[in-house]
Amino acid sequence: MHSYYLSHLRELEAESIYVLREVDAQFEKPAILFSGGKDSLVVTHLAKKAFSPAKIPFPLLHIDTGHNFPETIQFRDDLVAILGAKLIVGSVQKSINDGRVAEERGINASRNILQTTTLLDAIEEYQLDACIGGARRDEEKARAKERFFSHRDEFGQWDPKNQRPELWNIFNGKHHHGEHFRVFPISNWTEMDVWQYILDERIQVPSLYTAHERAVVERNGTFIPKSEFIQLRDGEKFVKKMLRFRTLGDITITGGIESEADTIEKVIAEVAAARQTERGNREDDKRSDTAMEDRKKEGYF
Amino acid sequence: MQKEIELLRFTTAGSVDDGKSTLIGRLLYDCKSIFEDQLESVQKSSARKGLAHVDLALLTDGLKDEREQGITIDVAYRYFATPKRKFIIADTPGHIQYTRNMVTGASTANLALVLIDARKGVIEQTHRHSIIASLLQIPHLLVCINKMDLVDYDQDTFDEIVETYRQFAAKLDVQDVHFIPMSALDGDNVVNRSEKMDWYEGPTLLHTLENVHIGSDHNHIDCRFPVQTVIRPHLDEYHDYRGYAGRIASGIFKPGDEVVALPSGFKSKIKAINSPEGELDEAFAPMSVTITLTDDIDISRGDMIARTNNQPKVVQDLDIMMCWLNNDGSKPRGKYTIRHTSNEAKAMITDIIYKLDVNTLHRNEEDKVLNMNDILRVKLRTTRPLLVDTYNRNRHTGSIILVDDVTNETVAAGMII
Repeated sequence: MHSYYLSHLRELEAESIYVLREVDAQFEKPAILFSGGKDSLVVTHLAKKAFSPAKIPFPLLHIDTGHNFPETIQFRDDLVAILGAKLIVGSVQKSINDGRVAEERGINASRNILQTTTLLDAIEEYQLDACIGGARRDEEKARAKERFFSHRDEFGQWDPKNQRPELWNIFNGKHHHGEHFRVFPISNWTEMDVWQYILDERIQVPSLYTAHERAVVERNGTFIPKSEFIQLRDGEKFVKKMLRFRTLGDITITGGIESEADTIEKVIAEVAAARQTERGNREDDKRSDTAMEDRKKEGYF
Repeated sequence: MQKEIELLRFTTAGSVDDGKSTLIGRLLYDCKSIFEDQLESVQKSSARKGLAHVDLALLTDGLKDEREQGITIDVAYRYFATPKRKFIIADTPGHIQYTRNMVTGASTANLALVLIDARKGVIEQTHRHSIIASLLQIPHLLVCINKMDLVDYDQDTFDEIVETYRQFAAKLDVQDVHFIPMSALDGDNVVNRSEKMDWYEGPTLLHTLENVHIGSDHNHIDCRFPVQTVIRPHLDEYHDYRGYAGRIASGIFKPGDEVVALPSGFKSKIKAINSPEGELDEAFAPMSVTITLTDDIDISRGDMIARTNNQPKVVQDLDIMMCWLNNDGSKPRGKYTIRHTSNEAKAMITDIIYKLDVNTLHRNEEDKVLNMNDILRVKLRTTRPLLVDTYNRNRHTGSIILVDDVTNETVAAGMII
């Protein structure tokens, strides 16, 4: 006697693949927002499965702040070569050079917010009508309110109070010219689901996610990596630590956590025992209580 | 491979007063699914607002306006897991002006939590939430009789409420109802058994959530495969490959099955079924798969693959229970795009039969004006035939939405009768 049920991971996988296929069917020019982080790697892996044996029918779009971990860029280029996918890069440095945005000043300056302009410019330049992202609802309270198909107006803005209702699994991607959608196929996954799936599927992730020794400076209760973009303040110094990163953003704002977890299995054990949220070490979220909602309204990821 | 666990989606409706947020907060807290920095942030916000207790509602209310006004406006999704199951909570506001959000949250749920304040018993809001759960055919109802601490954990009070609810529920289309006396504030019968209600021998809330049988929630009888997209690799080694990609709506498909492509009516056999895990001997709902057939027939998005001896109805006139979702009412004789599975057509509302009062089940046949949050029985006429089943037989092939062609907004959701 068979029992006809799917495990939770396989059900989530089926849901995400369904969403990716809807994007292919409902939009003219979609792209996958690719950061090299684990969530965008899972989305890319799911896209590969969704259209197999054909190739992924979307290009990958990377918004390059110029403040990357060197490991991330190498990883990105290797993966693009394996997939035979097309890569589009939007450069924040170019946006600065062109005078589209100005570099932030002050001791907490970062390029995090500047990415929004570069992203929206790339969407316009390549006439993208759907950008597929790896954001998850469990990550952050504003993201908990996101739809799978999330409408953006002609200025790229999100109106959280006027979102289209999403019922059953019927998605409405209809839009006027110049508007676009952000689509989040792994909305219902948690950090733990992502790691278990990475383990089950043997998905390669950048080595930054597992424990390694690195020079860092302790700042605001987290460990910011040494890089050419960081300046020490009074009383600060670089120290060597065994650590890993739970999320990957710019090297200037992504703090590591002390860890001995040097395999995915150990990372999963650590995530299961974690008492802090995943984005707790992200300086970009700490700017205010509504930092994510405010950035998302403007067109951030 | 980790131990395989199932996924249960449930919905809750209610406002701060019913203790809904306290209940969810308690469930997450006792399952260790609230993080220290989240709790700290909520503690800080509560203190800033001058509250004496930690307002766990701040955990679920994510938008600036919700936090400022202290109300849930939109559906919020929350996640937690135990070693037995993973849970997705669709947390929705309970007030009548948010009926559309309750309907949205209910549309994907296997189970609904209905909260009753033990001091107040079955009230209008209880009716509303239960009626919506019944309309949306949520398979399991869990009636939480909360705040038992405020009625001295009295068994008679509990029994009376259960009896009143049963009489009311007899008018509804609900199959599986459970009743649990609890105190979310103190955690009695939420995750841990209550020591104060030894007269109650049933399971706790969490135990019920972990063990309610959801294996039969999917329809495994009627084979329905709506085609989402056709996969053509354009690669030399897959020269003639045509794969029909989609998510199985219901039924069990096997290689060798005789199938019919609709609406064309061409017959063929299943050659292979490919899934994310490789080729399969059988596939069932809710899997996403790619099916290849032995014959080269013309199938595209919007078509459906079914078994020859069990086919959906082909209709252009639909009887619908509809929830109006939009601020703007319907235009007279207005035309909409109707979306059903992967198919779409134009549609017109040809008749409004009655409006349903979601508090009393009263049918009003006089009021024909469409307002946001209204639940109505209507007739629709479509420009092309759709391949449908009734909603109570099949949630996936029995549901539709209407999209306004000018604003592109989703204005209505409907269940086929």
